[in-house]
Amino acid sequence: MEGGQMTELPAQTDRKMGLVIDLDTCVGCHACVISCKGWNTENYGAPLSDQDPYGADPSGTFLNRVHSYEVQPQATGAQPAPAAQLVHFPKSCLHCEDAPCVTVCPTGASYKRVEDGIVLVNESDCIGCGLCAWSCPYGARELDLAEGVMKKCTLCVDRIYNDNLPEVDRIPACVRTCPAGARHFGDLGDPDSDVSQLVAARGGMDLMPEMGTKPVNKYLPPRPKDRIEDQIDVLAPLLAPVAEEPTGFLGWLDKALDKLPGGNS
Amino acid sequence: MHPAPSVIIFTTLSGLGFGLLAFLGLGMPSVTGWVAFVFYAIAYALAVGGLLASTFHLGHPERAWKAFSQWRTSWLSREGCAAVAALVIMAIYAAGAVFLETDWRFLGALGAVLSIGTVFTTAMIYTQLKTIPRWHSPLTPMVFLSFAIAGGALLAGRESLAPWLLALAGAIQLIYWAKTGKPLAQSGTDIGTATGLGDRGAVRAFEPPHTGSNYLLREFTYVLGRKHALKLRVIGFALAFALPIALMVIPFSGLMLKHLMAGLAVLLHIAGVACLRWLFFAEAEHVVGLYYGKR
Repeated sequence: MEGGQMTELPAQTDRKMGLVIDLDTCVGCHACVISCKGWNTENYGAPLSDQDPYGADPSGTFLNRVHSYEVQPQATGAQPAPAAQLVHFPKSCLHCEDAPCVTVCPTGASYKRVEDGIVLVNESDCIGCGLCAWSCPYGARELDLAEGVMKKCTLCVDRIYNDNLPEVDRIPACVRTCPAGARHFGDLGDPDSDVSQLVAARGGMDLMPEMGTKPVNKYLPPRPKDRIEDQIDVLAPLLAPVAEEPTGFLGWLDKALDKLPGGNS
Repeated sequence: MHPAPSVIIFTTLSGLGFGLLAFLGLGMPSVTGWVAFVFYAIAYALAVGGLLASTFHLGHPERAWKAFSQWRTSWLSREGCAAVAALVIMAIYAAGAVFLETDWRFLGALGAVLSIGTVFTTAMIYTQLKTIPRWHSPLTPMVFLSFAIAGGALLAGRESLAPWLLALAGAIQLIYWAKTGKPLAQSGTDIGTATGLGDRGAVRAFEPPHTGSNYLLREFTYVLGRKHALKLRVIGFALAFALPIALMVIPFSGLMLKHLMAGLAVLLHIAGVACLRWLFFAEAEHVVGLYYGKR
């Protein structure tokens, strides 16, 4: 892997390769987490180690993690009790245009590529000081405890240009594996690319824009939740009790038993 | 932030060591021969000892020499360059004072500037981080610089100057606490901007990505009980500033007792600065905690 040996950020990159993550479609299955760990443990760079994986306090290095958030909309006149929405939220390196993790690096190990904008770590130069992880607002970098070097998403740089793989596999492992089609990969610097058009059509957004990092990766907001109140009664008539009060002999027995001493328990 | 002992020891001792070197470089006191040797031995033990301690938190300390290369963008790299420059210049100046009984004034002044500059670069490593709103303030370098200068004056035996400089450092620490009350809450960054979902309603972390811990949680989501924070602030402030000032202004009779009390003032000050530095890290909140619902 070639290294840009200065931690100055390029003024601009030829392309802006990145991910578009659809929060409306993600089902929170964590398949991308596992495929990412699998590919990046077996391929470029130091493996993603686990500590005490089968013990009482397991932890490990991951480049992609899926959070889940509950969003409770404000009550309005039209919707006095709006239903909360569960949003699954995959998070990995956003390959920022103004990446603070690159400029803070004291050794030049951390760099942003001019040709495609991918942010990478040259592991043989990394001293494991952790300052790049401190500077990242997104928690995209994790220091591997076994190797003592910083690990981060490479956008599967060893897949996307890999002529040994069938063309269909030359996309990041997380995108390839997503069963819901919630992850998209492409050039976000080209306004005509599929991913750029998707971002424009769906109102793609930046995470923590106030940090000034200018993330390349975009998130597509979830669509408004269906109004469950309107459809919940579809089966209700069929489930209504047939006889509320007993009649005939059972009705007489019910009343007679009520009159016996001992109360109506 | 996780208060790593190596970084607390480093910033505490190196700050004092470079503070003392700055005073020696300015000729305060202007010492030569054996007295100079003892002064420089103490200054170098503190400055170099602190720098060595800082390498213990590295994943690959054997590659630390590579950190001198990125001074154009990286404050950590600039710190390394400034530290080596200060130590080399002051070593030449010290050699003149110890062995030749000479005072190369220009070299000493240059060394003093570089020593203070090193403390400034250390502070900027923390100050530059937008991700930690409590540190992202001009008050952070003021804290580091005033502590180093006050500690340097104390170690250099500046009896008349040190109490004033200690009082100034204490005042800056109080301002730092007053101005950085709830920095993350006031920063405009919250779980809503972190997830981009804030304009849709109240966002709550529902499930974490994993059942165990991870590097991010260990490093960035250290939470300090507020009761303990207040106690530690009082203890740190008393040890670092109040007690050393008292020991210096109370008139003790006898040279021996005076020296003993000055030594005690130095030890109390070091313990206090270490305590305050521990709080500096432990109380700092990193925005990544928002993703984990830890803020």
